Amino acid sequence: MSDQQASVPSPLDDGVRAREDLRSAAMRPVLERQRWWWPAVVVLGAVVVLGVVAWAVQLADGLGVAGYNDQAFWAVYEADLVAFIGVSYGGAVVSAVLRLTKATWRAPLTRIAEATALVTLPVGMLFIVPHLGSPQRIWELAWPPYWNLSSPILWDFFAVSTYLLATAVFFYLPLIADLPVAAERLAGRPGLRARCCRLLYRALGGAHEVSVPRRRLIEGSIGLVAIMVIPMAVSVHSVLSFAFASSSRPGYLETIFPVYFVVAALYSGIALVVLTVAAARRLFHLEAFIHPRHFVRLGFLLVAFGAAYLYLTFTEYLIDGYSGTSGLAAWVRQDLTGRYWVPFWFYFVAAGVVPLVIMMVRRARTMGGVVTAAGLVVGALWVKRLVIVIPPATEPLVRSPLAASGVLTGDWGTYHFTWVPISITLAATAAVPLLLLVLFRFVPILPIAEMEELESYEEELAEAVEITARTPQPSPRGAASRPLIPPASACAPATLTTATTPPGRLGSPPGDVGGLAPGRGVAFGWPR
Amino acid sequence: MTRRPFEQDRPVPGPERPEAPSGGEPRAARKPAPPEAPVRMGRRRFLGGALAGGAGVVALGAMGERLAGGAQPAVAVQSSPSVPAAHQWAMVVDLRYCNGCKMCTTACETAHYLHADQTWIDVFTMTNAAGENYFMPRPCMMCEDPPCVPVCPVSANFRTAEGITLVDQSRCIGTRICMNACPYQARYFNWGNPRPAPRQPFPQEPSWPVPQVKGTVGKCVFCAAMLPSGKVPECVAKCPMGVLYLGDLESDVAVNGLGATVKLSDFLAENDAVKFKESYGTHPRCYYIPGHGQDLETDTETA
Ligand code: SF4
Ligand code: SF4
Repeated sequence: MSDQQASVPSPLDDGVRAREDLRSAAMRPVLERQRWWWPAVVVLGAVVVLGVVAWAVQLADGLGVAGYNDQAFWAVYEADLVAFIGVSYGGAVVSAVLRLTKATWRAPLTRIAEATALVTLPVGMLFIVPHLGSPQRIWELAWPPYWNLSSPILWDFFAVSTYLLATAVFFYLPLIADLPVAAERLAGRPGLRARCCRLLYRALGGAHEVSVPRRRLIEGSIGLVAIMVIPMAVSVHSVLSFAFASSSRPGYLETIFPVYFVVAALYSGIALVVLTVAAARRLFHLEAFIHPRHFVRLGFLLVAFGAAYLYLTFTEYLIDGYSGTSGLAAWVRQDLTGRYWVPFWFYFVAAGVVPLVIMMVRRARTMGGVVTAAGLVVGALWVKRLVIVIPPATEPLVRSPLAASGVLTGDWGTYHFTWVPISITLAATAAVPLLLLVLFRFVPILPIAEMEELESYEEELAEAVEITARTPQPSPRGAASRPLIPPASACAPATLTTATTPPGRLGSPPGDVGGLAPGRGVAFGWPR
Repeated sequence: MTRRPFEQDRPVPGPERPEAPSGGEPRAARKPAPPEAPVRMGRRRFLGGALAGGAGVVALGAMGERLAGGAQPAVAVQSSPSVPAAHQWAMVVDLRYCNGCKMCTTACETAHYLHADQTWIDVFTMTNAAGENYFMPRPCMMCEDPPCVPVCPVSANFRTAEGITLVDQSRCIGTRICMNACPYQARYFNWGNPRPAPRQPFPQEPSWPVPQVKGTVGKCVFCAAMLPSGKVPECVAKCPMGVLYLGDLESDVAVNGLGATVKLSDFLAENDAVKFKESYGTHPRCYYIPGHGQDLETDTETA
């Protein structure tokens, strides 16, 4: 960091310094390896290896070792598939939806959100492999003569592949303008990784400054992809839900499923973005750019989808339970009061009620509160996916519909967790942070060009400079006496002690829940 | 002959069939060229059409033809495509006589080298409205509109011209979506290594899937490889009560393991045969003859 500081021209203009600060903060994970980086990578890598071992065992002995049987033919891998592809939706929301709605506050979050999507989506797709009984023939899915276009699974495959491509493009396009900055930062650095980075940047086509027309072209493309990525995201989970719904099983045959799946995916996706952004903020000291206010805003988005999901769940169970037809009543009973009541009500409390309460209570509506809610949501929605997948798969079909509405007789199947699916699920969970840690050793963690370009940034900057001129320079550790906005100079690398500022302090004045008051404008992160 | 409750959804009118061996018959002569013509079904057309409509972005091109004709079966269908199939296989289960001995299940598992839980023909213990138990054998229903076929992403499921739904285990990738689709729980997965089998008279093929293949789906095949040589399926042959009949809708006869031969249409009509879960639109080719107040749609399975 110090050599960057030294490279700053000495008659310091505050604007230049703030810009310099943004650039160093964005490049910090690339330029400096944190102390914990290797230990973290080793631990996460070990968990991934354990998962691979478990998969090898499953490959040798068959899916039976994962606890499956003929009356629980779909279980944890299918839930994982839905859950992991679901959490990748956060990138689409934060980057595409917020971009299209011109919510400029999203800017510091976009790179992290897009990276999360880029990483979780392939991990989710990989669950197809343990899901399949004969993964050695997976190539058949890509072999047109075998295609059966009436199969939902084939369309899952098409939809997810397309979406993966779009996600990669969506990650790449905003990156182009950052590459020259990154390349400049890395210039002259020794070492293999620096060389790899430079090669990568060159390969990605961003070795030198992006010209203005090219910049406009990129901007236009980003807008286009942002529009395209939304229907793609919707299609992925809709088609995924068809695989379940194209059956006569009570609990799977639901017209609500596509919407239900999409909303759940958006919900869990935003929750995961909250978690990754919080982790990145803490681990890479981005407190000067990502404020508690961002979390509160994400929290509002989160509960909007949480409430929608709760509503859909309510609708589904109410109507199915009310209908009293055939196996539906048995299935509803099994979920709400039968064998699956614990996971069902866990979802209801952890991802249904608690996030709503957190965002409703002013005192709980802090960064910590939102992060807690997000953690609960990610976990509880995984459990909810198990509740969606397993009970209908275990329901006996050769038995009386009438009897089912009375007593629960018949031969319900059971699914038992074994170490194999648990290890594979943990491995996938560990793979996400692992891949993110590796990814951010190569690309800037903040969208430098985007943040610098946003008009509001300039305005804020001018204002910040003005305020800085009026305010006595705060002592580095004097958090209590700090002005509410970090002045441009306070963001200079030397004063990154903002990390020591108590969370909840830096971003907003007390009572400001996200700067949504009229006349406040939507700045990307410089609080007023 | 007076009353055939099942006839309305059976495209081939059984008894009339021999008098009109060619031309004008709806099922066999509907479309001469592709062997899978009999597989064209409402459900598939609907799914294919809906998905194709929704997927405007994907250039369908040559796939359109495939959509129209349905997916290609995994292996060539046995009978010559231009000649109408000589048989349309069906099964009759006379519930009046089943004593629940499960010899059909055992015979099937022995013949196909299956594990004990791979009950391709399963015998459910049911309770009727009067609270009495009875036994209900359930093979694959050989649905005329099988929901298990159109959901397979790699076309490993197919229906032969003789009306038998089969799985190509050399193509099945094990997504198990067909197990999800089958309303009769008639499909079984090979969760581990299959039971080893000695050398068989036929190579492993969809009509004689012995030994089973790990990581693929298996199910009742009506012993399809035996039928051409005039043998009835193992379960039919081994049932000591003569409950199970192999029927042929083309020649309108059915035989059971005790040597009884009946005129199929009359037998079904006289005994008020029903089909299980007819409301699902699967048009099963397995007929149940209820005896003592059984009602398959409402009776309970006793665990
Ligand atoms: S062998 Fe015959 S009597 Fe015994 S369970 Fe099977 S169908 Fe019933
Ligand atoms: S009973 Fe099940 S497996 Fe057999 S044809 Fe019908 S849907 Fe397919």
